[in-house]
Amino acid sequence: MWESEALAQKYHKILTPLTHMRWPFRITVGLLSIIFLWSFFAFGWQYVWGLGVTGMGHPMSWTLYLVNFVFFIGISHAGTLISAILRITNAGWRTPITRAAEVVTVFALAAGPTNILFDLGRSEKFHWVAIHAQFKSPLLWDFTCIMTYFFTCVLFLYVLMIPDIALLRDRFPHRRWVYQLLSLGWTGTEKQQRILSKASAFLCIAVIPVAVSVHTVVSWVFGMQTQPMWHSTIFAPYFVAGAIYSGIAAIILVAAILRKVYHLEDYLQPIHFNNLGLLLLTMTLLWFYFTFAEYLTTLYGGGIEELAVFWTKVNGKYSPLFWLMVLFCFIIPFPILALKRFRTILGTSMVSVSVLIGMWLERYLIIIPTLSEPRLPYARGIYTPSWVEWSMLAGLSAGFVLALVLFTKFFPIISVWEMEKEAQEKTKLIRE
Amino acid sequence: MYRWGMVIDLDKCTGCQACVVACRQENNIPSAGEEEAHLGRAKFWMNVVSEVKGNYPNVEMHFLPIPCMQCDRPPCTMVCPVAATYKNPEGIVAQVYPRCIGVRMCISNCPYTVRYFNWYEPSWPEEYQKGLNPDVYHRRKGITEKCNFCIQRIRRAKEKVKKEKRKMRDGEVVPACVETCPSEALYFGDLNDPKSRVSRLSKSRRAFRLLEEMGTEPKVYYLKEGEWDVGE
Repeated sequence: MWESEALAQKYHKILTPLTHMRWPFRITVGLLSIIFLWSFFAFGWQYVWGLGVTGMGHPMSWTLYLVNFVFFIGISHAGTLISAILRITNAGWRTPITRAAEVVTVFALAAGPTNILFDLGRSEKFHWVAIHAQFKSPLLWDFTCIMTYFFTCVLFLYVLMIPDIALLRDRFPHRRWVYQLLSLGWTGTEKQQRILSKASAFLCIAVIPVAVSVHTVVSWVFGMQTQPMWHSTIFAPYFVAGAIYSGIAAIILVAAILRKVYHLEDYLQPIHFNNLGLLLLTMTLLWFYFTFAEYLTTLYGGGIEELAVFWTKVNGKYSPLFWLMVLFCFIIPFPILALKRFRTILGTSMVSVSVLIGMWLERYLIIIPTLSEPRLPYARGIYTPSWVEWSMLAGLSAGFVLALVLFTKFFPIISVWEMEKEAQEKTKLIRE
Repeated sequence: MYRWGMVIDLDKCTGCQACVVACRQENNIPSAGEEEAHLGRAKFWMNVVSEVKGNYPNVEMHFLPIPCMQCDRPPCTMVCPVAATYKNPEGIVAQVYPRCIGVRMCISNCPYTVRYFNWYEPSWPEEYQKGLNPDVYHRRKGITEKCNFCIQRIRRAKEKVKKEKRKMRDGEVVPACVETCPSEALYFGDLNDPKSRVSRLSKSRRAFRLLEEMGTEPKVYYLKEGEWDVGE
């Protein structure tokens, strides 16, 4: 059992954000709320008039909303997956990062499927997917896997936060009723500790296949279809790798910002960014490998329809975006991450921004050019996203950040009990 | 059991678009208008596309009327998460309008791009309102629609023959496009009846189907141009 007073003293830097609310915080929350609420107006507009207010048409009937869907689900990947893998492999440096990663996962996972809600012609009938389920549809596999992943991740985040909530219960009397409820009567007895470690070990293992399955089926929404450059066997691992890639980038960026804003320099040290940078480097190479393999195979053996899509991406009307993607996903990240000198906090953060933009472009380029070049050469349409679609993207991103910001005001973003546990183990080792 | 199919003789097609207009009239398909059509919001359950080959004075023009292919192995039906589209026992790929929630995965998985979406609430000029066909379902915004071989006509014809206790004659029921075609380039009938016109024409050596290599088994057959053969 740990003394709450002593713990709070020792980790006051982690707990400060929970009690202090200065004006930059208020301004940030205000701005984000305005953007977030604006997207409600945009959605209302679309709901009343119909999907015609977007830029979609025939044959470009799956566009920006799907891009955002895949992108946010991708972000959700790294969090819990990385956290679970690092826990299982006992990577000691993980401790200060895992909580932030898990939170990013949960909120990204809430943001992703919301896009499907926007994309429906009749959004008010969303629940029919559950009521009238037709299991041959890859979208239903998606629905099932994403829901499973979402609940597993919420559970994962929550279970590993219980000791910290108990600490907060003892520290913040006026919010006591919330924390009291959430802490489930945690006092830190040996029995409770044992249950917690068992539960977390189980969740770590359970969450990995679930996480992999999620992006696998997200890729199958496209891969199972007959369309050129979608119908590819490589899509499942390609999407999973891409998801982890963008997810790690998101975590680095979030960690860097938290470190700066909440003065967590003591906990989030250059070593963490170096190690995450190495992980990101691995994913950079993996991304390049997959992309290269996919495009070369299409070019070499592709039929007329496949090549039409290929050339529109590489050399046609989507080529500026394509080469920007290569720039943001490989040419910028690779040298910076490969050299230890640049694998600093600033370096990795900048690379992360680049990777996030690049991966969004990648999703755009996977979804949209295929629909623009259908098999039969007559159906042609143009697509430019409308203000409604951009508003939804802005609102969704703002909502995602807002949720993160508010989370840091109610719960410690670095796991206090795990930091303490690690510190105790370290001193024990030194004594021995 | 009937198995409805269509044969389109490309040699006879003059590209007059009468089938397109008839289809619009029969199935209450509103016009999109020029601006919306440019964004790809025009609906053509029956669509006549043209292709110009060569330069003046040696110009050739080809026409291709494209309704829904009514595939025997439709890629669109299995991807619908709410089972709002299915192949009915008579082989027509039908859309259950009240069930559709507008996911549009059927649209993206149709290799023939013949499924259409209601981007807005459909509307007609006032003069048109009285001419709307009361037999077809009123599609609202946010759902997918498609050619169904004028299923309302088939239903009515089946009721009639049932009442009269006889079998349907070949050509007794035809969709609006077939009925209208001035050059009689379109045929419609039961592919299960070996003596029907469509059955015989579908076995012609001029017969082919669109994107046959995809294995979708369309029930719309085309008779290719340039070979002077009745094809029966």
